[in-house]
Amino acid sequence: MEFAELIKTPRADNVVLHRPFYLAVEGTLCLTGHHLIFSSRRQDNAEELWLLHSNIDSIEKRFVGSLGTIIIKCKDLRIIQLDIPGMEECLNIASSIEALSTLDSVTLMYPFFYRPMFEIVEDGWRSFLPDQEFELLSLVTDEWRLSCINKEFSVCPSYPPVVIVPKSIDDEALRKVAMFRHGSRFPVLSYYHKKNGMVMMRSSQPLTGTNGRRCKEDEKLINATLRPGKRGYIIDTRSLNVAQQARAKGGGFEQEAHYPQWRRIHKCIERFNILQESLIKLVEACNDQSHNMDRWLSKLEASNWLTHIKEILTAACLAAQCIDREGASVLVHGTEGTDSTLQVTSLAQIILDPRCRTICGFESLVVREWLQAGHPFQQRCAQSAYSNSKQKWEAPVFLLFLDCVWQILRQFPCSFEFNEQFLIMLFEHAYASQFGTFLGNNENERSKLKLPQKTMSLWSWVNRSEELSKFQNPLFEANSLVIWPSVAPQSLQLWEGVFLRWNRPSKFLDEAHEEMINIIKYNKELQAKVNALRRQLAEMETDDRMQENL
Amino acid sequence: FYTLFMLQVENVKLLDRYTNRKAANGTLYLTATHLIYVDASAEVRKETWILHHHIATVEKLPLTTAGYPLLIHCKNFHVAHFVIGQEHDCHEVYTSLLKLSQPVKPEELYAFSYNPKMSKENREVGWKLIDLKVDYQRMGIPNDYWEITDVNKDYEVCNTYPPEIVVPRAANKAVVIGSSRFRSRGRIPVLSYLYKENNAAICRCSQPLSGFSARCLEDEQMLQAIREANPGSPFMYVVDTRPKLNAMANRAAGKGYENEDNYDNIRFKFIGIENIHVMRNSLQKLLEVCEMKSPSMSDFLTGLENSGWLRHIKAVMDAGVFLAKAVKNEKASVLVHCSDGWDRTAQVCSLASLLLDPFYRTFKGFMVLIEKEWIAMGHKFSHRCGHLDGDPKEVSPVFTQFIECVWQLMQQFPCTFEFNERFLLEIHDHVYSCQFGNFLGTCHKEREDLKIFEKTHSLWPFLLQKKQELRNPLYRGFTAYKELQPNTLPFSFQFWCGMYNRFDKGMHPKQCVLDHLLSCVSQKMKLEDNASELENRLPFFGGPLPNEACSLSKVGRAASKTPMLNTPQDYEVEPPPVLSNGALAGDIDVTSDVDQKHKENLSHHQDLHDLNAAIGVLASKAEDGKPQHH
Repeated sequence: MEFAELIKTPRADNVVLHRPFYLAVEGTLCLTGHHLIFSSRRQDNAEELWLLHSNIDSIEKRFVGSLGTIIIKCKDLRIIQLDIPGMEECLNIASSIEALSTLDSVTLMYPFFYRPMFEIVEDGWRSFLPDQEFELLSLVTDEWRLSCINKEFSVCPSYPPVVIVPKSIDDEALRKVAMFRHGSRFPVLSYYHKKNGMVMMRSSQPLTGTNGRRCKEDEKLINATLRPGKRGYIIDTRSLNVAQQARAKGGGFEQEAHYPQWRRIHKCIERFNILQESLIKLVEACNDQSHNMDRWLSKLEASNWLTHIKEILTAACLAAQCIDREGASVLVHGTEGTDSTLQVTSLAQIILDPRCRTICGFESLVVREWLQAGHPFQQRCAQSAYSNSKQKWEAPVFLLFLDCVWQILRQFPCSFEFNEQFLIMLFEHAYASQFGTFLGNNENERSKLKLPQKTMSLWSWVNRSEELSKFQNPLFEANSLVIWPSVAPQSLQLWEGVFLRWNRPSKFLDEAHEEMINIIKYNKELQAKVNALRRQLAEMETDDRMQENL
Repeated sequence: FYTLFMLQVENVKLLDRYTNRKAANGTLYLTATHLIYVDASAEVRKETWILHHHIATVEKLPLTTAGYPLLIHCKNFHVAHFVIGQEHDCHEVYTSLLKLSQPVKPEELYAFSYNPKMSKENREVGWKLIDLKVDYQRMGIPNDYWEITDVNKDYEVCNTYPPEIVVPRAANKAVVIGSSRFRSRGRIPVLSYLYKENNAAICRCSQPLSGFSARCLEDEQMLQAIREANPGSPFMYVVDTRPKLNAMANRAAGKGYENEDNYDNIRFKFIGIENIHVMRNSLQKLLEVCEMKSPSMSDFLTGLENSGWLRHIKAVMDAGVFLAKAVKNEKASVLVHCSDGWDRTAQVCSLASLLLDPFYRTFKGFMVLIEKEWIAMGHKFSHRCGHLDGDPKEVSPVFTQFIECVWQLMQQFPCTFEFNERFLLEIHDHVYSCQFGNFLGTCHKEREDLKIFEKTHSLWPFLLQKKQELRNPLYRGFTAYKELQPNTLPFSFQFWCGMYNRFDKGMHPKQCVLDHLLSCVSQKMKLEDNASELENRLPFFGGPLPNEACSLSKVGRAASKTPMLNTPQDYEVEPPPVLSNGALAGDIDVTSDVDQKHKENLSHHQDLHDLNAAIGVLASKAEDGKPQHH
């Protein structure tokens, strides 16, 4: 087994673990192929820390005499410190962790080795199939069809095998449209608004180039979603300037002349390294122990994280507004249609569709709009805030989406079936996981890796009642309305649950949460008791009457 | 009630500060105490009430196409932007409001005319609700080291202190008098809080008149007596809450700070909290940030930083934490002062008490704390809040900062306070409203001279009546938590939207967890009554409850659900024409307006006969649509 070669020192004793807000603990450190395991030797209170190597974002070593110190910074933003006696041991352990946390091959990742210790009730790989989604759609409209044009991933490598397209557009036309869109990502259905029959589609940019190339089939496809005499909106997630510049590289945007029934709105959502830089700066600010308020506020501002949150939410609200308030259909795209596009389409659905605010509905949304829609998780989540790798393709696009959901959840605390912990859990698993769900960059890669056969789905684990109970929001009361969040700066906050999670004790906030659950639970029990008593009383009265009648 | 309306103006628009919604159109009324605006354009009747005492500034803005704008800023951070059709009307409203909002004589304050139809006995009982002696008893005073003295009964020692003060037994009258001559305005060191567990005390005073070299034997004896009243510690802290530079500058004026060489075993420390002028300007900048129309995130955060507001809040909190730690961890007594010892000193001492003693985190305890550290010890509410027409340089949000510090603590320790955010806002409102006597004047002597206790009502019983809506449903009780040790890293402080953008409902969470939990609590009481009543009717029922009943728990809660504010705001800075066609407007939420009216109208909940009559008149007029002129 090749992991053994990487592990130079599998075990070290008398290691001291330091974590913020905990007393230092002495214990034994063990390295396995996928885990760093620390177990305290204290008899009274044995404690174990299991850390996935893939969760390690960066590692630093320091020496004072023969005492070595390793500082491990994780993708979930936690920082721990290990004091390891013996310079050689420390160096060995550090280099082993470095090697094990940066494995090249996906198939060496933990999900391929993980054997679940729980009983599988439902295979998560089969929980959210496109056919099921289409069946639901068929109940309310017959204007759409399921196309298998991408069965072998031959038309669009980043699309799933089946997609939903307007019924009036045949596969031949789709092939032509695919040639006209970046990465062949032709417009497909993202969301159908039952309330008024309006739809949201998503795609990549059209390849108009500098000479204004057009594609009749493309125009026909998106026009097929318009009601007679109605206009639609194209929400381009790039600024007009960026979109214009894209023409030089063969990309571009829909020209008014060729799409007269569509009104284009440009919204500027940043991409790639700008977002990654933003995350790095934000996390740096949050870890700053300085007591200088001005410095904190200026770093928070300079990170631009909340600016990105505001921009993304605003674009999503605009899309939702066009659909629900204007009664118009919407097409959303940026450049590739795999990042900002998905942020906008998925958040718009959270706003519009109560189903997406349930646990199952949200999982389905993540599967449809992120996994199947081809958000390149493997690339984007390769590293987090502490890495120095600075690869162009790394970006916290999904984390920004989750943060936006948290912002909406904070503003509508009773409208979501899930709680903040659910969102944090998804963040963690997107970056490092024992499950195969977030491996690969698209369905094509996942199918080549045979993930459904060789790994366990995150959903198989989450959707068991013992796990679900941790993620349920006690305040939830189904709310069928559209929920309009405020995007004023005063209404948006730093997501403390993620960014300050390891920087402050959570005892008092946890207790508040517990108290809230207890209050609601107690009321439910009381109500049940009252109901039972009423029933009992009614029964007794009936018995009495029957006896009287006898 | 014909004299009730001093002025009535038709066709007045009320602009929405943040959105491009269609402005409301209605009638503006001025009564002796309130400005009342009745929106006639809304489907559901909507009233906005503004207490004249709450008005901080009234400005006439340049003429617009819609008419003559009048911008009103309130002390509780409500901003109302009216547009009046006629210049003459606008001017009349303007001059009336200037007069009404800046009374010259104390007798003109609302508290002297406010009449909730309460018996004389009840009114007097209300004033006796808070008895500071009881609080000293709670601390174990008098004891071997501390006594309550009436040495100040004729205000001879200090005219801004109350008649009864707590000083060390070891400090005899000569020491007290001598010390008072060496302290600015005679504000000698007195006890603020005694931490019973270890005898460490928090004491407060004003700056010494030390200049560059002056000393005073009695003052040195006074400090020694305080230190020796805590035999467990060989030293005591003397904390000057001012920035060092300010304190040094004061020496030139014959004031200054304690010289460590002259006092035995003191540890002297500066804590740089800025003065009232810096705080006033800081708040002004903060409010400008809050009022920006569609600011970017950067604009907002930069503005927040530049205002310095959270920096000052943190400084106050840090000082409170320092005191609490000195007392609890180091077992040392602390003497605190600033310049006069009635602004920063009040903030810091009351915060430290709040951190050390769970009693002050209850309804009653918080009232005691405010009565003790602020009202009795002579925080100049009248000047700081600008109750009367006076020097604008005396106005400063010192008390607001204290209230915010408490709110910041609530964010970190959600289960430790018996009351909720609304309690803080109510108190803050009433500090400015002058509806109750508690906060009038500048010190105890002045309140006696004004006959506050004979002529006005106390706020506290009125707040206790509203306990149900002001309580914190997450409170875990008096004994659950003792001392609090807040995190004071900068990220632990949040911008308080509920205070500074309180009247901009669109910015707040659209569903309120507090409301939800409060309704659970009231539901709980009903259910418990229900259950016991049913149990009484079932004499033979005693066995365990059937399990299947648990699935029925949702029944009955739907009714208590708070309806949700649910309108999109402007997501485009410049909305495309199709989007601005009014689809966004016209969906003003009914519940929020009712809520707003309730909040804005301070006296509405109290049985105020004449104002209720006014409402009645307004209501009947709005119905026939033709209000008469008086």
